[in-house]
Amino acid sequence: MAGNTLYDKLWESHVVRQNDDGTSLLYVDRHLVHEVTSPQAFEGLRLAGRKLWRVDANLATADHNVPTTDRARGIADPVSRLQVETLDRNCHDYGITEFAMNDARQGIVHVIGPEQGATLPGMTVVCGDSHTSTHGAFGALAFGIGTSEVEHVLATQCLILKKAKNMRVRVEGKIPAGITAKDIVLAIIGKIGTAGGNGHAIEFAGDAIKELSVEGRMTVCNMAIEAGARAGMIAVDDKTIEYFRGRPYAPKGEMWDKAAIAWRGMTSDAQAKFDKDVVLQAADIKPQVTWGTSPEMVVPVDGAVPDPDKESDSIKRGSMQRALQYMGLKPGTAMRDIALDKIFIGSCTNSRIEDLRAAAAVVKGKKVANNIKLALVVPGSGLVKTQAEKEGLDKIFRAAGFEWREPGCSMCLAMNADRLEPGERCASTSNRNFEGRQGAGGRSHLVSPAMAAAAAIAGHFVDVREVR
Amino acid sequence: MQKFEKLTGLVMPLDRGNVDTDAIIAKQYLKSIHRTGFGPNLFDDWRYLDPGEPGMDHSQRRINPDFVLNQPRYQGAQVMLARDNFGCGSSREHAPWSLMDYGFRAIIAPSYADIFYNNSIKNGLLPIVLDSAAMDQLFRETEETPGYRLTVDLAAQTVTTPAGKVLKFEIDAFRKHCLLNGLDEIGLTLQHVDEIKTFEARRRKEAPWLFAK
Repeated sequence: MAGNTLYDKLWESHVVRQNDDGTSLLYVDRHLVHEVTSPQAFEGLRLAGRKLWRVDANLATADHNVPTTDRARGIADPVSRLQVETLDRNCHDYGITEFAMNDARQGIVHVIGPEQGATLPGMTVVCGDSHTSTHGAFGALAFGIGTSEVEHVLATQCLILKKAKNMRVRVEGKIPAGITAKDIVLAIIGKIGTAGGNGHAIEFAGDAIKELSVEGRMTVCNMAIEAGARAGMIAVDDKTIEYFRGRPYAPKGEMWDKAAIAWRGMTSDAQAKFDKDVVLQAADIKPQVTWGTSPEMVVPVDGAVPDPDKESDSIKRGSMQRALQYMGLKPGTAMRDIALDKIFIGSCTNSRIEDLRAAAAVVKGKKVANNIKLALVVPGSGLVKTQAEKEGLDKIFRAAGFEWREPGCSMCLAMNADRLEPGERCASTSNRNFEGRQGAGGRSHLVSPAMAAAAAIAGHFVDVREVR
Repeated sequence: MQKFEKLTGLVMPLDRGNVDTDAIIAKQYLKSIHRTGFGPNLFDDWRYLDPGEPGMDHSQRRINPDFVLNQPRYQGAQVMLARDNFGCGSSREHAPWSLMDYGFRAIIAPSYADIFYNNSIKNGLLPIVLDSAAMDQLFRETEETPGYRLTVDLAAQTVTTPAGKVLKFEIDAFRKHCLLNGLDEIGLTLQHVDEIKTFEARRRKEAPWLFAK
């Protein structure tokens, strides 16, 4: 397949049928299921009297609604409890493997998929959650779907789709010291905008992307959707393959060898053509902080809140003015002068072991500033939590004044009890700073785990490179 | 899915870019296990002055009179004008469910987020794309003309203004066909059961690790 992109290859190898109208019937290898976007799909299946097509292609967990404190007492909110119980019941009725709330392997769906080896290179992976793009970090075609599509996959193991265009974002050069995957992806979104990838599948490439660990690559692909691309992906290399060795769902023995050979082909050909090509220089990237209510509203930490009056596009200017009003910020304010109320380290973007290690390295032996009312660390899965505890990271966080919680989505979207109160300002390692995202009236600033940790200690944003 | 053929409806302008799905339907309402009942919580944070929770009597809440949805002239609107990248953010299908439940049947904007666009079509909510210049004109006319109504004809792929100006829009053939006929996509796919089984059998041989339990 000379001249094909990684996306072309993933797409072509999953086409069951090409329809005359330009759509394709695409086969789905892995379907991840969580409690929020699946109940209506199971209900639809039942009402139509349809069967589940392939039970073992599905893996479920409860993540959005689960409490991050004392789980022995169950879920206090009856509405949340019913939704989680509905998932438990649906999984039981249909025979789907579920890592339920009290399972040691429970966690954020996008953390546990790769962790279990349930996500593998060359797969199509879907889930009723936009951050499914995360799994593209392993040379998979992974994208979020709506509930109608969840039902479609449950019933047919396929989706009717139109192929997207190819876009490549190259980050060239060596990653400067103190710069993380989160800074890289925020810089990309700052450059191309939240609609920059609409209608495209983005392949992230270049030396800096290759230099990232697989966990860092997951952070980058996770936020492809924040640039408008339903799918983000990265070519397979040795790091990708090694990551899966020994994971529960990964192949073993002879099958491993055969799979590894196939996985190595999950790259774009040298001659491949992209409809859009964007290049960033890693050397130009500084620690990033968002100032507004869209992930594209981002500046380097040594920058300042921009002035809408300098924006010529009237719609953009209006958005900036609204964002400043919502965020309670004035143009020209140095990012470092912005004081914080809460810190959130977690979410499918940044809750893996490397994220926790990076944050712990910054807070070790220090104390959370007095003006910080709450600093939370929410590991991405039960297994991440256990690993972190084995390394003593929980003790470092607790000694510094952080709360160490149970795994889940938590304050990324505040469907459980973890949330911002109106007007509260938070440094968050999550992926969206939309109005009300972390709680009605809450003000979110997106940063890397190291930057969130540094902000917790200082009480305001600081350049983590100067802290170390 | 609900059919969409032709509609003449009152128009409401939502003059903001990048309206995200968190704004369309806030997270606390996603706890529902049903597809209906989201209408009273559409744009909840913008529409009410007090914070909302599931199960509240929304008729007792404090209304934000400045928000366009609450203005008397737009009551009963079925068509919404929006700006670029409408529906960005999460994959929640609760976004089109709440727009439909409120009473909207068509949205007109210069661009949409991909997942939202897809989710809308699957529910009989028609997302129409018109260029920014046409959008500017429609926004202006809507704001200037109380009772402004547009006629949307999916078969003809046109939006017609009260003055008789006809604007053409593009939509791909498959989606148009499904919307016009209210087709169940799962039913369509299940017509190809044998092809899916053949594909699966071949993949099982070529890449058995994808089928390991």
